[in-house]
Formats: sequence, C-alpha cells, structure tokens
Amino acid sequence: MSTPAAAAKPEVITFTEAFSRALHDAMEMDPSVITLGEDIADEEGGGIFKVTKGLSTKFGGARVRTTPISEQAIVGAAIGASLAGMRPVAEIMLMNFITVPMDQIVNHAAKLRFMSGGQTHVPITIRTRTGAGAGTGGQHSDMLEAWFAHVAGMKVVVPSTPADAYGLLLGCIFDDDPCLFIEDQLTRTQTGPVPVKGQRIALGKAHVAREGKDVSVIGYGRPIRDAMVLAEKLAGEGISIEVVDLRTVSPLDTDTIMKSVAKTGRAVVVHEAPRSFGCGAEIVARIQEQLFGQLKAPVLRVASRDVTVPFAKVLEQEYLYKASAIEASIRKTLEQRASR
Amino acid sequence: MSVNDSFTPATRLAIYRTARLINLIDERFRSLLRSGRLAAVYYSPRGQEILAAAMGVHLKSSDYLVTTYRGIHDQLAKGIPLRQLFAEYYAKATGACKGKGGPMHITHPASGVMVTTGIVGSGLPIANGLAWASQLKKDGRVTLVTFGDGASNIGAFHESLNMASLWKLPVIFLCQNNLYGESSKYEKTTAVDNISERAASYNMVGVTVDGNDPEAMWKASGAAVARARAGEGPTLIEAKTFRFMGHYFGDPGAYIPKEEYDAHMARDPMPLCRAALLSSGAATEADLAAYDEEVNAQIEDALQFAADSPFPDVEEIDRDVYGVVKGAAA
Repeated sequence: MSTPAAAAKPEVITFTEAFSRALHDAMEMDPSVITLGEDIADEEGGGIFKVTKGLSTKFGGARVRTTPISEQAIVGAAIGASLAGMRPVAEIMLMNFITVPMDQIVNHAAKLRFMSGGQTHVPITIRTRTGAGAGTGGQHSDMLEAWFAHVAGMKVVVPSTPADAYGLLLGCIFDDDPCLFIEDQLTRTQTGPVPVKGQRIALGKAHVAREGKDVSVIGYGRPIRDAMVLAEKLAGEGISIEVVDLRTVSPLDTDTIMKSVAKTGRAVVVHEAPRSFGCGAEIVARIQEQLFGQLKAPVLRVASRDVTVPFAKVLEQEYLYKASAIEASIRKTLEQRASR
Repeated sequence: MSVNDSFTPATRLAIYRTARLINLIDERFRSLLRSGRLAAVYYSPRGQEILAAAMGVHLKSSDYLVTTYRGIHDQLAKGIPLRQLFAEYYAKATGACKGKGGPMHITHPASGVMVTTGIVGSGLPIANGLAWASQLKKDGRVTLVTFGDGASNIGAFHESLNMASLWKLPVIFLCQNNLYGESSKYEKTTAVDNISERAASYNMVGVTVDGNDPEAMWKASGAAVARARAGEGPTLIEAKTFRFMGHYFGDPGAYIPKEEYDAHMARDPMPLCRAALLSSGAATEADLAAYDEEVNAQIEDALQFAADSPFPDVEEIDRDVYGVVKGAAA
C-alpha cells in the first residue's frame, strides 16, 4: 500500500539508541528494574558510551546508581538485589573488565538457582561492550562469550541489528536467569530499522536472517552484518546463502541450526572471538554429530587469530576475522565434497 | 534494641538456648561423621556458637542472611528448620535445596537464609545487593553477612565495605575472627591488629568485640542492627572467637600450638555461658537438662526425617538450570 508515510524515508535507530531505549522502556514498565555501573548517572555524563544518559534524571539516583570502580561489588550487588525480587542491570564498561567479577558471575549468578534447588534465582542482566577494530589493544577488545557459554545457568546474548539489540535487551532484563548482553563497540553508531516499543525477543531462539539453499552461514553479532552483505553479493552469482543469526549464543538453538544445515548441506560458522575453543567449535561439533551423513562438505570456521588483540592497525586487521575469509570459506564448501 | 536496653538473664537464656541447639547439633554431626553414618564435607562451628546466637536474637526471620561454608551456626540462629537442614546434609530430595546444594550451599529463604557460599569473601558483595533492595523497597529488613578473618584480605571485602558505606546500606558485616584462615595464623596473613580497624578506611563504624561473651556480643549486634534499621548505614563487627575443630572435619590442626589451643579451651564459651546462666537464676540445672532433651528429640526427629527421605530423582539434574521464560514474544 502506497501511503505518504510509507514513501517517506524510513526511521532508523543506532545500536546505542536501541540499548538506551530498551533500558528506558524497561525501567518505565517495571519499577523493579534498576541499573548500576561506573559513571552511568547523568552527573557523571550518563555513562562512557552514553547508553544510560537521561536515566538517572528521569528515574532517580536510587534506581540508577553510579558505582565505584568495583566490578565484584557491582555484580554482587546486582545478584543480591535480584535475590530480593529486583531486576538489576549491571553495566561492566568493557568485557575485559569482566575478568574481575568472574567469581560473582560463575560461582554465584549462574549457579544459585541450581544450588538452591530452585528456591532462589538471579534475574540479572550484565551489559558489557567490546570488539576489536578500534585500536583499543589487548585489554579492551576481547570477545569472551565462550567462557560464559561454558557455564550452565548463564545466558549469553549478542545482537546483530539495532532492532534486535532493543528486543533482546528487553528479553534479557525480563528473563528470570542471569544474562550476559554483549554490545559491539565498532558498530555502535550503525543504524537499522526502529524496533516496536516494548516488544521483547525470546532468548534461546535463533533467527534465520536470510533464507537460502546452498550454504548456511551461522554466527552472531558483528559477523552477521558481514554475512548479510556477502549473501546479497553472492546472490548476484546465483549462490544462495542462508544466514542464521543465533542471537542467543547460549543456550544454543540447535534445532534452527540443524534445520538450516539439513537443508543446505553446507555450513560456515563465524565469530569474532579467536578460533581455538571458541563457540564455533561447539556449533561445528553439534552439526557433525547430528548431520554427518547429510553434509556435502566439511563445516568450516571463520574466526579471529589465536593471539592477543594487537594495537597497530595492520596487526589488528590481521588478527580480526575477515569478510573475505567468510566468502572464501563459502566458495570452498561449494567446491569441496566431503571425502567419505 | 535501644541503647538503654540492658542485658537481662532472660536474654542470656535466649542466647544460650540457640547456642546450645547449635552445640548439640554440631556434636551429633561430628559423631555421625566419625562413625561414617554421615558422609559430607563439614566445617564445624564449635566455639563460635555464642556469637551467632547473640546476633540471632536481634534478627527477624524476614531479615536476610548471607553466610559461608562454616555457616551452620548462623543458619540455626536464623531459624532454619532442622528437617530441611539435615535432609540437605544427607543429600535427600526433601533437603532445603533438594540435595543439589549440599552443606556448603544451604539456602532457605523462608527463614532468610539467602546464600551460603563456598568462596571466601564472596558473600559480601551479594549482601550489599540484598540491602540495596531493602533500601529501595523501604521494607525495613537488615542483611547480615558473616565471614571469617581470612575474608578480610580479599578484594571483595574492601569493594563491599566501600560501597555499603557510600550507599548507607542496611547491612551488617560480621567478621568471625577465629584467629586462623585455613591453616595460617592471623598474624601471618593480616597486617592489622584488629580487622575492625579496616572500617575506618571506609568511614564506617567498626567494633571489635569478644564474640564468646554473650553480653558484649549482644550489645554490639543490637547496636549494628538498630543502626541498619534506622537507615544510618552499615557496621563492621569483628567478633573474636576460636574454632576448636580446625578448618574442616578431620583437620588434625597440627598448626595450632598446644598451649594456645588449651588456653582457648579453658575459656570454652559454652560451659561459661551455662555457668553464668545458672548463677543468674534464669534457669536451673533441671531446666537446662529438659531443654537438652527437647533439642535432642528435635534432632532425632530431623535425623529420622532425613533417613526416611529419598535421594533426588536422577531427572533432578535437568531441573533448576534455567527458569521458564514467561511473557516473551516469539
């Protein structure tokens, strides 16, 4: 239907605006939603990445608390408040800083529901930011999602579009389990369609971002954006790519992955984190366990190099997974037949 | 408690009763462990009964407790029911945690036992969060977090005291200084004479008290609880005490010099409290014997309950890993 509104330039939103709106809307919807982290109140500038800007002014300093640089105390306070019925959102400024409160996350947030026999649970969201490519070096860039995906009880979520970022962050906040929500620092100003206000996206469910029949590209976060561009390009050559955006890394939606790979018979798994012992290994293992006889080619992985994220641009780019490697892997799976 | 409340014989009796409950259960557990009828990791609170009991009389069941693997005295003083507690030690499906947590992770929210942690120092940050929730809800609850002297050397202790003081949280940090962190002597691991001195760094009230003295411990605890309830912020209490049974059940304790051990044993708080109680006239020998009988009957009942209860179904392994997601759009 052609209306003047539809003809107008569609409204878009950045990732940062999406994170911010999700927090705002959650706090507006539910007084038990509270947030804490370093510098997050407006007096301190509304957070180093401005995601929390305006929240303390609107909802007050009691619900939006700037903390000392004390990551154990931040995550612990979130856990404790959640045990008493709140839905805290803790901001850990950068993902590398999450090494500091690992005990709180791994030994407590993830395990209290199980260890208490279901008497207590920990509905917290830990928002954190990371990603290589901005020259932030070895301690401000790591994707550490595999560590947390390895711990039962944790949910790990990585959005690939602003609308997903909004819906998934709401999904995390209103989920009854501890969620780690990873924000990419490189794409924070990129835009996408505006989400529907208040609409949550279910956790634990992958999204087929683009349907195709030749090769499944499976991943999450930033590489999905590369895969979507590639899929469009390769469509011009008659190669049909299916893009499976996991959205939730853990618990992993195996069904959607298998459905896709059963259809295409070929898969390329991609993530920004280093290759070895990454989430890709788990995904590939599950595919071969379930679909060995149906695979037309070995399942390939595209990931970053197994080194510390370097500072020099030339080295940092060498470290990072490449869109060109995703393309090369897709072509390789199309050329190769699995040797039986 | 107001500052004018005086310590009465009735209060001493109330403290004694809780302490004796702890004492009798601990003795029974150690006897069961020795004879192989109970198989569990066990960290005896022997020697630390009075401090837990004297704090406990100030708390309501709605107040929160965060304790540690050496926490059975705190849990009992908080009013945890014996049946669920014992059944958890016996790894039974009827245990407080359905046999999934065990002695180191006892949880019973109905009596305010929110977290029992096996990680030294990690309860303090969580206690702050419980207290933060109370502050936001204005529900008047206080949170008690207990830990040993060793925990005061962990970063989480310092982060937590700083945050609690800044936010004026209704939390009480109760350090049970039993003079040994695992096998290491206090002086060898801790740079200050008294842990309470560390409160000054965080602009917090810090007191050192003889945790084995019912009256002193009751007063210090009452003041801290009153301060928290009044919204005047946290307190660090260092209760000096001694653990008679070493770090873990079966610990030979060779690292404790005999003279030191004997000197503490000569001041065992349980017989001292009992003697003071009798001389105060609040109870007679017959009263106390009758109380022991009453407690022993409760112990028998709880042991029988645990013995009669089934182990968890194997299917239990898949439960309580994640919750059920409600209200999420597909």
